[in-house]
Amino acid sequence: MTEISYASIARKKKLKRGLLLATLVTAAAIFTATTFTDTEKSAALTKPTKANTLSISGPWEISSLDPSKQGYVLTRMQMIETLLNVNDQGVISPGLAVKWQRSDDGLNWQFTLRDGVIFHDDTPLNADAVVRSLTHAQRKHGTLNKAKITKISAINNHVVEIELAQPYAAFAALLTNYSNAILSPLSYKADGSVNALYGSGPYQMASFSPPHKLTVKKFPDYWGDKAQISFATYLTGHRAESRILQAKSGEADIVFTLEPAMLTQLQDSNEVKIHSNLIPRTMFVKVNAGHPLLSDVQVRTALSLALDRASIAQNVLNAPGSEAAQLMPSSMSQWFIDGVDNTPFNLEKSQQILASLGWKRNESGLLERDGQAFKLTMITYADRPELTTVATAIQAQWAKLGIELKVDVTNSSMIPAGHNDGSLEMALIARNFGFSADPLPIMSTDFAHGGGDWGTMNWTNTVVDNAIDELLTSDNATRSLALSQIIAKAIYDDKPVLPISSYSQHTSVNKRVNNFKFDPFERNYFINQMNFEQVGNQ
Amino acid sequence: MLWALLKKRLAQLCLVTWGVGTLTFVLMRSLPGDMAYRIAASRYGQDNVDSAAAELVRQELNLDQGWFSSYTSWLLDLLQFNLGNSLVSGLPVSETVAHQLGHSLLLAGCGILLSVLIALPLGTLSAKKGGVVNLVVVWFSTFTRAMPVFVLGLILILLFAMEWQLLPVAGFGTWQHLVLPSITLAISLAAVSNRVVHNSVRRVLRSPFYQFSRVKGLTEGQTFLRHGVRNMAVPVVAFIGIQLVSVIEGIVMIESLFSWPGVGHGLAHAIFARDIPVIQGCALTMGILFVVLNSLIDVLCYWIDPRGQQEQ
Repeated sequence: MTEISYASIARKKKLKRGLLLATLVTAAAIFTATTFTDTEKSAALTKPTKANTLSISGPWEISSLDPSKQGYVLTRMQMIETLLNVNDQGVISPGLAVKWQRSDDGLNWQFTLRDGVIFHDDTPLNADAVVRSLTHAQRKHGTLNKAKITKISAINNHVVEIELAQPYAAFAALLTNYSNAILSPLSYKADGSVNALYGSGPYQMASFSPPHKLTVKKFPDYWGDKAQISFATYLTGHRAESRILQAKSGEADIVFTLEPAMLTQLQDSNEVKIHSNLIPRTMFVKVNAGHPLLSDVQVRTALSLALDRASIAQNVLNAPGSEAAQLMPSSMSQWFIDGVDNTPFNLEKSQQILASLGWKRNESGLLERDGQAFKLTMITYADRPELTTVATAIQAQWAKLGIELKVDVTNSSMIPAGHNDGSLEMALIARNFGFSADPLPIMSTDFAHGGGDWGTMNWTNTVVDNAIDELLTSDNATRSLALSQIIAKAIYDDKPVLPISSYSQHTSVNKRVNNFKFDPFERNYFINQMNFEQVGNQ
Repeated sequence: MLWALLKKRLAQLCLVTWGVGTLTFVLMRSLPGDMAYRIAASRYGQDNVDSAAAELVRQELNLDQGWFSSYTSWLLDLLQFNLGNSLVSGLPVSETVAHQLGHSLLLAGCGILLSVLIALPLGTLSAKKGGVVNLVVVWFSTFTRAMPVFVLGLILILLFAMEWQLLPVAGFGTWQHLVLPSITLAISLAAVSNRVVHNSVRRVLRSPFYQFSRVKGLTEGQTFLRHGVRNMAVPVVAFIGIQLVSVIEGIVMIESLFSWPGVGHGLAHAIFARDIPVIQGCALTMGILFVVLNSLIDVLCYWIDPRGQQEQ
């Protein structure tokens, strides 16, 4: 019989503990080993990892897979494609359609489809799929309704015909817009809403967590340049601070729409390269030309002269040289007037004009005429962070004239709403003229016949109206150029809107990403052309 | 007794559901601005919102119908446990809320757990040692609490993600993404809760029954475990319960800094967009959660300290 002692009990306890520990360690080791080998074997193709995933960060939310809603994220992530594309010169190029022609009367358009295009659900692209997609797009909000379409039909399996009630010269440009993307018929429910997204791009859906995250994986049967990077994710980053830190730490490979004021933080980084590209977007002040204070073109000229655009471009936007006194940037050469002074800043002349109109400063320094003070409200929105700072800069610059400007930061929808009920006085906006390849659709709705939601307000100019009407039906390039110049000049002279600057888009790209290319029309991120430095090129 | 308590809570639940839903309905309807424009802006993005879009939204959602008929149809749907679809994304509200609430609960749960792990030892230590230790803890708590949680998060990002590159800056989907937001939340919560722990521990340590058990010969550890913990727990558990509820709905800043898809952030965006079904869905779920969590805390406190019931 063994004698029980404290020593033997302690030994037994130690032994038990040791055994337990050993079992645990072995179990953990087996678990890790199996998981590890599993991931190692299939990681390259089945699971997004840092090495095989391009991570993109931007400020836009994605809450729906319907192309008519946030389709811009879907075309940028290369999941869906349109019949026609636009190159970086603004020229329309083949997309899912290789050939397009319009009849002499401009009422009939025919599109010949590309061969060998397969949707992500493995069904082939044919004329029926195009007819179905465009018919659904027509019923939703998008660019297609700008032209009066009477019929969309399939001539045969490869050709689609669209008939218009009246000619629309920029019709091809409308089709480059994301809202008219072509999806597989299986994508739609009976009521036309999108059930599952089957596009035809080089990337297909991997996972979607609205409204913050979208992951795509490469589509091996793509008709064009096949993707090299296996996965790409898009993550919405609401705060500019977080996004710039994501760029700096290398967590996000590409960060779009960086705030200009924060760029200095990235400038001395070895890991990141900043690309600043001009885009066809203009920041301007929308003016209610029917407002008693603003109806006189001389007042609008005085306001324009009092704007120090160069210092706004340099100090607020961190983009010296982007100041603009005319509506379109030089990249839109058809609409760009040569020889316009972009910095017509002259405070003295501005004061003289207002004085000649009877405006005098009262004891508190404010301009006054017949007992009425020069007070205005300008609304703007926070979706683009620079708008609010520029609005306060304008407030300060006009204060030097003796004008009291109230800045109201609100929702972007208040601009069309205010335009419609007539309550809007002024609005600072950033308008994307590259929304479809040609600015004409925007010009025709927003600048002709009394103006539109995002353009002029209560301003009529018969020269402009006639020129736009003619332009919509013209198929003569020389005549179109002349008409566009007439319109641009009339808007510049009459100042129904006061342009401030054109836009530079700042993007940070990590050093590990090769072949980054920026699309000034913001339609495509060109992920399929990119690859990674060293490892991860699968 | 417990059953009566639960029955009372159940009745409360129904009342809260109806009340919260009706209140959000009335409040949203009385906000200024045209709903159709707001919804269109969120649906189609800032570059593509115009009067035509607003008109389309108005027709599709039948926004012109009177408030009474839309209220009754909402109430009827609610009775069938149908929360409707989001006006912006078109997705079912239950799905949206479940996705957001799941992430919020995960973050809140981890945050609270970590905060307890920080607050309990810190509070107990400062109560037991007193003097300089307590002074340092008080100073540190006040400093942390006074700092906006946003700044705290940025400091942690700068240290852990930028300087040492150990953790990701923002996002979600892996456990690494959960670490920084949880720690940020935990530190800011522990800054207050460690003081509650401190007070509770001090009260018990100074009480006659505690001192008697030392006198009768129990060691300090035995006394603390047998006579201390249970007595200290009630106020602490009650306080942490309240913190948990407020944390689920009130961490918008952390969510937006770390791009975390939580319900606070979702609710804020739904209000900008006038997405009434989502607002009602979120408010309802949070109201229900409030009642459920409170009931749980009640039951827990009842289990820790059953004396109240026996006296009755």
